[in-house]
Amino acid sequence: MRSYSSLLSYIALGVLAVIASKTGILNAYVQIVLMFIGINVILSTSLNLVNGYMGEFSVGHAGFMAVGAYITSVLNVMLFTQSSLFGPPLLNPSSALFLFPVTLLIGGIGAALAGLLVAIPSFRTRGDYLAIITLAVNYIVKSSVENIQVIGGARGFMGMRNVINSMQDIINIPWALVWVIICVGATVWIIYRFVNSTYGKGIVAVRDDEIAAEIMSVNTQRMKMVAFMLSSGLAGIAGGLFAHVLGYINPGTFTIMKSTEVLVMVYLGGMGSLSGSVLSAILFTIILEAFRPLQVAKWVVVPLLLILLMLFRPEGIMGHRELTDIFPRLRRWFGAKEERG
Amino acid sequence: MALLEVKEVTHFFGGLRAVYNLNLSLENGELVGLIGPNGAGKTTMFNLVSGFYRPTEGEIRFNGKDISGLRPHQVTSLGIARTFQNIRLWNSLSVFDNLCISQHHLLGYGFLQSVLRTPKFRSSERRVKKTAEEMLRMLGLSHYALEFPKNLPYGLQRRVEIGRALSLRPKLLLLDEPAAGMNPGEVDELIDLIRWIRDEFKLTVLLIEHHMRVVMNICERIKVVDFGETIADGSPEQIRQNRRVIQAYLGEEEPVNA
Amino acid sequence: MSFEIFFQNLLNALQWGSFYALIALGYTMVYGVLLLINFAHGDIFMVGAYIGFFFATLLMGKYAGFSTGLPPAVIFGLTVLVTMVLTAGVGVAIERIAYRPLRRKGASRLYVVITALMCGLILENGNLALLGASRRNFPELLPNTVHNIAGVTFSNVKILVIVTTILVFILLETIVRKTKLGMAMRAISYDRMAVPLMGIPVDTVIVFTFILGSSMAALAGVLFATAYPVLEPYMGALVGWKAFIAAVLGGIGEIRGAFVGGFLLGFVEIFVAALFPSTLRDLIAFSILLVFLSIKPTGIFGIARATKI
Repeated sequence: MRSYSSLLSYIALGVLAVIASKTGILNAYVQIVLMFIGINVILSTSLNLVNGYMGEFSVGHAGFMAVGAYITSVLNVMLFTQSSLFGPPLLNPSSALFLFPVTLLIGGIGAALAGLLVAIPSFRTRGDYLAIITLAVNYIVKSSVENIQVIGGARGFMGMRNVINSMQDIINIPWALVWVIICVGATVWIIYRFVNSTYGKGIVAVRDDEIAAEIMSVNTQRMKMVAFMLSSGLAGIAGGLFAHVLGYINPGTFTIMKSTEVLVMVYLGGMGSLSGSVLSAILFTIILEAFRPLQVAKWVVVPLLLILLMLFRPEGIMGHRELTDIFPRLRRWFGAKEERG
Repeated sequence: MALLEVKEVTHFFGGLRAVYNLNLSLENGELVGLIGPNGAGKTTMFNLVSGFYRPTEGEIRFNGKDISGLRPHQVTSLGIARTFQNIRLWNSLSVFDNLCISQHHLLGYGFLQSVLRTPKFRSSERRVKKTAEEMLRMLGLSHYALEFPKNLPYGLQRRVEIGRALSLRPKLLLLDEPAAGMNPGEVDELIDLIRWIRDEFKLTVLLIEHHMRVVMNICERIKVVDFGETIADGSPEQIRQNRRVIQAYLGEEEPVNA
Repeated sequence: MSFEIFFQNLLNALQWGSFYALIALGYTMVYGVLLLINFAHGDIFMVGAYIGFFFATLLMGKYAGFSTGLPPAVIFGLTVLVTMVLTAGVGVAIERIAYRPLRRKGASRLYVVITALMCGLILENGNLALLGASRRNFPELLPNTVHNIAGVTFSNVKILVIVTTILVFILLETIVRKTKLGMAMRAISYDRMAVPLMGIPVDTVIVFTFILGSSMAALAGVLFATAYPVLEPYMGALVGWKAFIAAVLGGIGEIRGAFVGGFLLGFVEIFVAALFPSTLRDLIAFSILLVFLSIKPTGIFGIARATKI
């Protein structure tokens, strides 16, 4: 039973959040913030896979997010809603309830394939040169979207609200929140299991010493493929959720600025610390919201705060450690059976 | 049939000829030393065998299979393991993890199974961990299982690296200057360790070493290379008396002109 | 493309590439010494343009009711000099306040990179918060005469930009190859550990590097403002990222790489814009970059460090 305690408590919390939203205890603003926290958790943990565990420096996470966001949104609007772009819905709008996770997954797969644009060069390129490639991919995705007029080009794309609405017409609960909660749980679960398997630890071996890894039986190319595709795929899912939470996306949303935010979350949390990424995503989202009244000055105060934070904790909040390393008693709840090693 | 057969291998770095027309044949169970002055091409030879370099010319056969051109991890999965001149352990992973990860080719599961934790995943992880634990016990490293390699003394790091190479269950073990930087006590232990490994695991060992006490003590056969070419090949006794070897190490005897 | 149009575009590309090259210098030199991608550098360029703006308008008597009455060309020269000095101060200040403490604590260099990103944000948005979103027009200090030779038009500003950039290149190559500090810079990028042991004051070299890089960015800022006289707080962001790309394209850490990479990126952008719809400019330019770096991962002049095992 113990091995499921963390899962059960997460589900309980999630159900509680949904009930509280439904009954109005959590107002719309708090719900939005919760959903942004969730999306940021997915983004930071998935980028940590590449930047933390594998030790590369990807600066184009928003590009993959955009791929997922657009694929999922276009599919959903086309399939389930009446829109000026695509006309009447191709499927019964009520089927959105079941097919939403499918389109979300397709968006994720699309983003994972875009991740190949980085994964394949990464076989030969490392470090800062690879960083440029990720940067270029971010720009390429953004300007590709800008040039596809069918999906709105630079003007953006909307209609995702209707998709959520058609789900809520069937069962009236805040579906966007539900899906964010599910996806966050799934992301953390997947990454946790992956990086704690001997297979997944191969990416840490690549970070520590790629040559030794390749010579000591780790298929480094495959590990890089897996890490990049998993990372970008999850970013794509985060993008799909993001699009449906906001109801409107445009290419300008997915610039280097967005990538920078994710980078900050990863390094603030600590490279290669899953719990650090979760914590810093929560902290960062709350900080951003708390300083919203400052308007323009927000982006002066927040970076200053972050610089100070890094001065005090030059390895991020958690460093390389996990919460369970600092509070061993948590192991009873998380991480289930403590594996030897 | 020879376990490893290196046939007329030549390797160039740009214009520099690192290995020239080298032949080497290892029988099952042999313990062979590869010696020569610095820059003679010994480590290049290792890099060629382990697949890190692709030979410019020539052929490398392992168990009858041509392995030149395979990627290093493929070569490793056929059963060739090595250690490095400068220790290359994964320093942010525990000693135990170091020994587990080198069994990557034996895992037999992929990403999906690692997430879903299928029965196959569980049995495979159990097997890998058991091997690593056993290896640590045999090498007397159990106590350090959860340490990070960088925190261990040099001699122990060498031992961990050998353990990592052994845990992938090789048929051929390449040791690149295992005694480098060791004190006399550690060298004695190492000599015992290498002998024991060969007998215990029924391995073929190819050893690069500058430390003559190690080489002369444990090698059945010694190959001497200089400037990428073989200059001698024979038993320790023969090598000790070979003129060309003495020349390579000590230089030419020249008549003194007054 | 007719010969005149080609030549016209060539000239435009040279000018456009000059800006990239001048900014890329700062990236490449700091990287060579610290292995740090100084992401605040694009915004240093913006700061340079603004300092230039305020100093020039000050001399022209826009504030405090006094006018120096100097001829515009002299004002331009003074502005360039003063801007370079002041902006170098800003660059060094950032290094002292933000980067050095973190380095001293032995933080991973990526944390310094993130700090650099944050510094860039502070400069951009600090400017926006202080001065507001209104754009500013850089005064016309040099008479913008346009010449026409065989159907190719060029202004003297364009010529000034290109010639200055080439002079800067020669000057910097000389500094790096011939002076003690320059040689120390190269030594550090060659072997980081040995240099302090040889008694070379590393911090002095680092400060010197930041002075050089920031003043070149300031020069680029004033020249840019002279050629395209509209200033806004985010002007350095995109140009900065692209200049960084130019630096990598040339092979980061190499001064000639920064120049060649800058000009190359300028050419690609101008000619793509000339041949295709302008909305495709970024898409094609970055795709070319992606393909190029996939084939030659270390840039034009960068040398792959052989790993010895």
